Amino acid sequence: MPVDLRTRLGQLELPSPVLAASGCAGAGRELAQFTDVARIGAVITKSVTLEPRAGNPAPRLTETPSGMLSSPGLQGPGIDGFLQRDLPWLLSRGARAVVSIAGHTIREYAELAVRLSDAAGVSAIEVNLGCPDAAAAGRPFALDATAAGQVVAQVRGSARYDIPVFAKLSPEVTDIVSVARACVSSGADGLSLVNAVPGMAIDPVSFRPALSGMFGGLSGPAIRPLAIRCVWQVREAFPDVPVIGTGGVRTGRDALEFLLAGAAMVAVGTVLFHDPSACSRIQRELEEELVARGIDRVSEVVGRAHDGAGAVADRHSWALAGAGAVAGGGSILRATKGG
Amino acid sequence: MAADRDREGGGLSPVQVRGTVLTVRRVDAYVAMTVVAPAIATRLRPGQFVAIAVGGPQSGMLSRRTFSVHDVRPDHGGTVEFVFLPREPGAAWLADCRSRDVLDIVGPLGRPFPVPRDPASCLLVGVGAAAAPLFALAGRLADRGCQSDFLLGAESADRVFGALTARRTGRSAMIATADGSLGARGSVIDLLPTLVQQARTDVIYAAAPLAVLRAASALAGRYAIPVQALVDAPAMACGTGLCMGCVLPAVGTDGITRMVRACVDGPVFRGDRVRWDDVGTIPFDALGAPGWKSRGGGVGPAATRLTPGPHDIPEGRQHAG
Repeated sequence: MPVDLRTRLGQLELPSPVLAASGCAGAGRELAQFTDVARIGAVITKSVTLEPRAGNPAPRLTETPSGMLSSPGLQGPGIDGFLQRDLPWLLSRGARAVVSIAGHTIREYAELAVRLSDAAGVSAIEVNLGCPDAAAAGRPFALDATAAGQVVAQVRGSARYDIPVFAKLSPEVTDIVSVARACVSSGADGLSLVNAVPGMAIDPVSFRPALSGMFGGLSGPAIRPLAIRCVWQVREAFPDVPVIGTGGVRTGRDALEFLLAGAAMVAVGTVLFHDPSACSRIQRELEEELVARGIDRVSEVVGRAHDGAGAVADRHSWALAGAGAVAGGGSILRATKGG
Repeated sequence: MAADRDREGGGLSPVQVRGTVLTVRRVDAYVAMTVVAPAIATRLRPGQFVAIAVGGPQSGMLSRRTFSVHDVRPDHGGTVEFVFLPREPGAAWLADCRSRDVLDIVGPLGRPFPVPRDPASCLLVGVGAAAAPLFALAGRLADRGCQSDFLLGAESADRVFGALTARRTGRSAMIATADGSLGARGSVIDLLPTLVQQARTDVIYAAAPLAVLRAASALAGRYAIPVQALVDAPAMACGTGLCMGCVLPAVGTDGITRMVRACVDGPVFRGDRVRWDDVGTIPFDALGAPGWKSRGGGVGPAATRLTPGPHDIPEGRQHAG
């Protein structure tokens, strides 16, 4: 018996909760050689900017344990090139296009939203808030709840009403829930969790940073537990807001883990570099995992890990409470022993 | 025609298969590995490469390792052979594989070496294991009635790949090693000018580090002969065009410099198209470089794409499939 993988994204119904993550699948062309892009949930495009961008110099990527450190620097054709070539191609293949947008000012984001709203066939907009904010000395929008909320409000206000807007958040914040709250209250229809985490590697041969941009975004299975934690926290706070979970999804089991934590969809990213057919494979594996558990609708498992987790929910500021409890327990133990 | 099809990426797109290791053997400092992969072998042309997942299914090494294919043979339906130095952890893992192990392999990837339609005098320059694809190329050139002169180099004798084959199959074969342990002492760059004159070279094919590709391109520019340069730097993480890691600046037919991917726009480039001195940078006049302004309001970016390919080789000597 086939499992019902259909997933709702705003007004739109996706055939599957498995998506290709932004920045790891271009605009789908390369991916389509290995995966039927019409059969996966959607392709989230590489972030589109207003102007063409050459990106950062090489070296841009370096392998790290179970992960990848990268700083391609948003290389892309710009919105004109994207609308002329990439979007029509993606749609001609029967794929659903979630378009990721990036800018350095709130106005750029808003303008991109307008341009995409004029084009037919955009399933959703994902706002990449990981870009440096020109008005805040280059601090990424995602690190500041107010700035993130302002961008989302502008994009939501500029985009056509029937195009859902997702905000992609960075895990590099003290309290991801407060950033999520700012985005949701500014009109975000959903959230993408999480963007790559800043990291660094040094080349022991050249004695220099391994990447030309010095820092890069760490992605891949190395950050999966971090992503799961963020999805969990946001789901606790906003059970009704759809979440795209992303960060090291490698197998159907990983996808299931994200769904249980509260993601309605999962996006496969860095793993595509390792296995270009990963989206189809993970979709198949997820189906098998669900069949093995006698579940016939994927929507049934979304957020299931929260069932009966009320006690945990009370301690929402888990980081402090949890750490305190452990430390306290330890000191009691030591005290007892010492006595 | 086949050449047109794979230039467009339509007819001969790569496949991902599970290939069984047939043989693993040492060749001097290198490991040569033969893998049964008929779907790749039957369509692969000299200069194209394969990308292999290393470390097993739960590997922590996410980058694919990419290798130019040395040879394709018809046994077992089709095998591909590639050569590498078992140094970094991924390559070392691969070198420890044994006959009958199964590998996740993607190919054929990238643009192959274009070959002249009419007989020509070709100089094949290779350094270390990078020279591997030149021997299959020489076979293909011979089919077209072309003569091949080899110029091989490396740090030392045990790093010179294919010296014997070069002597056997080439019209001539010259070797240079940095320590003088085989052939002339020095770099292939030193021997290039004399060789090009002596052999009356019509086309240079080069598979070597950037410095050699740059030198070969500069020399060819002086003699107004074409160079087809196979680059293996910057290193590739996926080989399929997804990661945008292996970019280098190249000038398109429209005169605009773009950051192109070595994996899908190469690995074989027309030498005069690559801005060798600017590899590892974003030239200020590259499309989309900081401060770059679109001419006439944002046309350009999508309009033309760099397409160095078979049609670009020597004037009056157009390609054939």
